[in-house]
Amino acid sequence: MDFGLTEEQEQLKAGARDFLSNECPPSVVRKVMAEESGLAPDLYKKIAELGWTGMIIPEEFGGLGLGMLDLAILLEECGYAAMPGPFPFSSGIAASALKLGGSPEQCQRWLPGVAAGGLTGTVAIVEESDSLDPAEIALSAARDGNGFVLTGTKMFVPYAHAADFIVVAARSTPGPEGLDFFVVEGGANGLSARILRNVDQTRRVCEVKFDSVKVPEEARLVKSAGLLNKLIDAGAVVMAADCLGGSERALEMAVEYSKVREQFGRPIGSFQALQHLAAELIAGIEPARSLLWYAAYAQDAGLEDVSRAASMAKARLSAVYSRTADQSVLMHGGIGFTWEHDIHLWFKRARFDDPFFGDPVFHRERVATLSGY
Amino acid sequence: MDLNLNPQEAAFRKQVRDWLAHNRPVALHQRGVVDGKTWVQRAKDWQRKLYEAGYLALSWPKEYGGQALDPMSQAIVSEELMRANVPGVIGSNSISMLGPTLITWGTEEQKRRYLPKILTAEEIWCQGYSEPGAGSDLASLRTRAELQGDEFVVNGQKVWTSGAHIADMMFGLFRTNPDAPKHKGISYLLVDMKSPGITVRPLVQMNGEADFCEVFFENVRVPRANLVGELNEGWKVANTTMVHERNWLGASPQRLFDKLLERAHELRRGGVPLTSNQLYRHRLADMQIDVEAMRLHALRLLSNAIHKRQGGVENMVAKLVGTELHHRMALTAMDMLGDYGPLGRGEQSAFDRGVWSATWFGSIARMFGGGTSEIQKNVIAERGLGMPKSR
Repeated sequence: MDFGLTEEQEQLKAGARDFLSNECPPSVVRKVMAEESGLAPDLYKKIAELGWTGMIIPEEFGGLGLGMLDLAILLEECGYAAMPGPFPFSSGIAASALKLGGSPEQCQRWLPGVAAGGLTGTVAIVEESDSLDPAEIALSAARDGNGFVLTGTKMFVPYAHAADFIVVAARSTPGPEGLDFFVVEGGANGLSARILRNVDQTRRVCEVKFDSVKVPEEARLVKSAGLLNKLIDAGAVVMAADCLGGSERALEMAVEYSKVREQFGRPIGSFQALQHLAAELIAGIEPARSLLWYAAYAQDAGLEDVSRAASMAKARLSAVYSRTADQSVLMHGGIGFTWEHDIHLWFKRARFDDPFFGDPVFHRERVATLSGY
Repeated sequence: MDLNLNPQEAAFRKQVRDWLAHNRPVALHQRGVVDGKTWVQRAKDWQRKLYEAGYLALSWPKEYGGQALDPMSQAIVSEELMRANVPGVIGSNSISMLGPTLITWGTEEQKRRYLPKILTAEEIWCQGYSEPGAGSDLASLRTRAELQGDEFVVNGQKVWTSGAHIADMMFGLFRTNPDAPKHKGISYLLVDMKSPGITVRPLVQMNGEADFCEVFFENVRVPRANLVGELNEGWKVANTTMVHERNWLGASPQRLFDKLLERAHELRRGGVPLTSNQLYRHRLADMQIDVEAMRLHALRLLSNAIHKRQGGVENMVAKLVGTELHHRMALTAMDMLGDYGPLGRGEQSAFDRGVWSATWFGSIARMFGGGTSEIQKNVIAERGLGMPKSR
């Protein structure tokens, strides 16, 4: 038994920390933030060369064939660096959608490109109601000869403006079971994406309109049944990993600041008011890391409580990140409220991460239901 | 990451589980129902039975009554004991705290003399740390142990000494050099509680029981051979004990959560069970997440120990998080029970024989016993996060 990282995983983590501190310091993040597309293509090329983009993609489709835990370790580091760009959404969530829901042909069509870094994908689930409840997915998939016509609007779709493909949840028949997932090509007729103005500028999320978008039968993921649940599990782990890394970074910045900022003739970090706050924050972060590792491992090992584990990790890490980022800004005082100081990057990113792929209320409810109450 | 037990470990687990199924202690938890002496004897019998079956202190060296097994075996036993919902052992403080300290610091003679009897419950120990003027600031303790020839002469007072009234021996900290800086003049001594000059006065606690005591020392003579570690090095010696204590107090809260959930299923407000009441449903789920986090976190710390990984700040948070979680669960139970909450032990209309108010009291004691939450936070901030010293 070993509840911990292997030596290879420790190296992966340390290597990623090192790489991102050189290639993705806050100055680079800010540069990407200021650009319309928010894509960071140079950085993306480099992480593709490192194999990150194919981390969980099976070797037969050009990836490394590693697991969610390996990916979570990387994504934690991406969260730590507040790395911009579509990486988590494409190589984490969209790749999972194909892996879990696609036929070998469908995987072959898209995954090698994702693994190599030449293509990016994204996943579109929620709509105006901002709900992951299958009953609230209304975008319609109407039969049309051998294919389907998709009509409706999706919200909060990461990097849809630049995606080569979008995996979209659509209603093909009424009722909660009547969902299908389709892979829609980025340039499809009738498809339009508008970037939403979002205070978290390290990310780009879009409103995506499907105006009678025609897709062939082959675009329907063959294992659509139950896919929403599995995608929520995968998405929860992907986002929770970002939350973990972001929490660590925000607290680290606050603690470092408390060592150098002096008031009343002493560093403010020597005051118990701040010490106890920082201690409470790290006491929230560390057990939550254990939840994340287990949730990722549960997906890799195909454990029975995989959904509950994912929801536990996301429920806790959403809340941990929001609170940690919030309090870390406060520990900085006035300087933390300036544009110049970097802490607001994580402060805002926490608020994007918190509800994305389920807020704590959604996931607590899921934990309760899955536990039989 | 691999959470599977190897075949040997799985077989061992089964063996422990089977044994527990056939050897449950008789009504040991009826504390306060049977008289004190009967309870103590039953508790000792239970510990002895566990020991003879080979389920106590598995990692201790063989020559002192242990089995020199890895921490994994101990973890399997601990988990099975919890799962079987059997009572803890009466000598748990000496097994978790004194034993490891003696193994690290004791002389060969001390180890042979004391360790086996700790395990068999032939000798019950109490911990003599806190004093009226030395609580969180433990190192300011003043109970004097003056070395005269080959004896220490002890004068002063200890307080909050759990189980002093039933203990045969005390392990404790005493001031052996009043002129040195406070951490440098303390020694770790083993004191026979039957020594002339010792007076034990039990204090009645808020739960009505009298578990912890005042202990007065008046010219109590302690042989020099009972000194553990070097003279005036007791602070260093005690730190081993305190580390073990923190691990011990952070025990798994799963069992309590299960009971809480069971209660919530049955209790109704407005015709629906509390598990369907949104407020309680979410409080429960929130605590369930923390309970699971603590279970996994304990596995992580155990794995660090097994695979000899140092670890960092994660090692320091279990006591704080575990005891606060326990308290939150107790408070939730009291809220759920409403007017039934404050009903006491033995009241026939109380739920679960009134155990919940006792759980609530107990949850308070856990938060300050063995180092208050505030002290934990100081340690986490200064040693774990490297923040500047507050004093």
